[in-house]
Amino acid sequence: MSAAVPVDVRERATIRRRRGTFAGRRRRDGWLLVAPTLVAVLALGVFPLLYSLLLSFRRWDLQVPGQPFVGLANYGTALADGRVWASLQNTLLITVVGVGLEFVFGLGLALVLVDELRGKRLIIPLLMLPVMMVPVVVALTWRLLWDAQNGPVNFFLSAVTGRDVDIAWLSHKGTALVAIIVTELWQWTPFMFLVLLAGLTAVNPELYDAAALDGAGWWRTLRDITLPALSAVIAVSLLFRALDAFKAFDLIYLFTQGGPGTSTETISWYIYQLGLKFFRMGYASAVSYLVVIGLTVVATFYAARFLREEPV
Amino acid sequence: MSGHAEATRAVSQPRRRARFSARRAWTRAGRYLVVGVALAFFLFPIYWIVVTALKLPAEFMTYPPVWFPAEPSLIQFRLVMKLRGWEALRNSLIIAGGATVLSLVLGSLAAYSLARFNTGGRHFGFWLLSQRMMPPVVFVIPLFLLFRDLGWLDTHHGLIALYTVFNLPYVVWMLRSYIAGVSPEIEESALVDGSTRLGVLWRITLPLVLPGIIATATFAFIFSWTEFLFAVVLTRTNAYTLPVTISGYFGSQGSAYGQAASLAVVATAPLFVLGLLVQRHFVRGLTLGAVRG
Repeated sequence: MSAAVPVDVRERATIRRRRGTFAGRRRRDGWLLVAPTLVAVLALGVFPLLYSLLLSFRRWDLQVPGQPFVGLANYGTALADGRVWASLQNTLLITVVGVGLEFVFGLGLALVLVDELRGKRLIIPLLMLPVMMVPVVVALTWRLLWDAQNGPVNFFLSAVTGRDVDIAWLSHKGTALVAIIVTELWQWTPFMFLVLLAGLTAVNPELYDAAALDGAGWWRTLRDITLPALSAVIAVSLLFRALDAFKAFDLIYLFTQGGPGTSTETISWYIYQLGLKFFRMGYASAVSYLVVIGLTVVATFYAARFLREEPV
Repeated sequence: MSGHAEATRAVSQPRRRARFSARRAWTRAGRYLVVGVALAFFLFPIYWIVVTALKLPAEFMTYPPVWFPAEPSLIQFRLVMKLRGWEALRNSLIIAGGATVLSLVLGSLAAYSLARFNTGGRHFGFWLLSQRMMPPVVFVIPLFLLFRDLGWLDTHHGLIALYTVFNLPYVVWMLRSYIAGVSPEIEESALVDGSTRLGVLWRITLPLVLPGIIATATFAFIFSWTEFLFAVVLTRTNAYTLPVTISGYFGSQGSAYGQAASLAVVATAPLFVLGLLVQRHFVRGLTLGAVRG
């Protein structure tokens, strides 16, 4: 009996130690499995970002030998650079107007197609097609459509208005921005539509029955029942689309190259020009960093404000 | 009083029903009208690029536009494929395929770790995801310099490595949510029987989430296949992908549009097939699982 106590203690210690090693092994296994991903992301994701932070403190120029350290000078230049602000303005215009219209049209289509309709199972996949297209192909397609002399858009407008329409869409700032936004919303309205349709399908039908009993009309049902029930889905879809639209580069490259002059530049296009056409790597990095900082602040604020529930 | 009210109701009931069904017919007509306009708007451009690819050179720079080619022909297609088309298609397949396979192999290990061991806690997953938030142009300059120093410019492996890293946060995030849906008890019995973790992952867990893996792989492939900015900056005469090759036709006027359109059809057709195959996962896949379709 007297020997039983130490045995018991020893046994417990062994169990504790074994449990400890078990948890430790789980943690080690866990990190081993993550390691390849982590190394890859650090090497080609985090390292380039840090590298460009260092670049942003240097004057890296083709005309200037060496890369002298200039502190925050690049940032000062960037804040005073009219092209930075003008290109940001274009980017925001494309993002806000484009995503706004995508939302309105996407919601409209989703409301039309949420109830049973003959042919719905064929219509929905057809409406998905633009989302699946290569952006470069979308740009090529719409360049043919916007063509001033032979384009179907001008032909259609001529037929509708009864006058000879020959707008050179991509050669003027205003019409080029319209063309960019319409092309964007052609590709991405279906995305909004699909996401909102999924959200609408999940709304509890009893809510509508209750609203109908109360005699609520179409508009009041939409405003007081549908939109509040959809708010989480709306927040997610707007965030995704806005982040994506803010990157606008492909269409600018392929439609206008930022022109005429620099009037349709977006911030991505301007940074690309600075770094890879004028080889002002340091300055381009500083402008990039201003975008990173601005976007992080806005996205954090947005996430805290609108994405309360964890989006999983 | 009440008798009178009863009588009016008896009269008005059928009339109201008639008015109601008339309104329903109008609503339905309106819905079809909206759907018809939407289909025309969203499908006409696709029709137009296909038709342009099939036209003879004399037909695509005319006014009024030629809506139906008189003799649909594959001559543009043959021409462009012989020039740079096959090479571009091969490059795109190698690069997008390579990046998809690599990101799925690495990503499934990490996803399993996050789902089962909660490695790195909640923040690690979000940190990984935040890598995808930045505009890609931010990475272009440092990556260009890095690739130049490594001798990776204009190589397949350079773009494969890059696209793998850009796919990884997405792949990990999606697969984690699929794996989390598999009960750990199924794995535990195999572990007790002496299988290793990797064996369990390979033989039990991954087969159970196969539909999710296929959907995730499809999206990873689409992202790599459609990417333009890095491809145009980091390739020249060797590893050029389909988007880069198509963009090369933009400077030219008129005559080359048919070839560009043919190549565009070649680049788009596989995506339509893949996209329609994973239709049911579409919404979930494009919103990183935030919205279930």
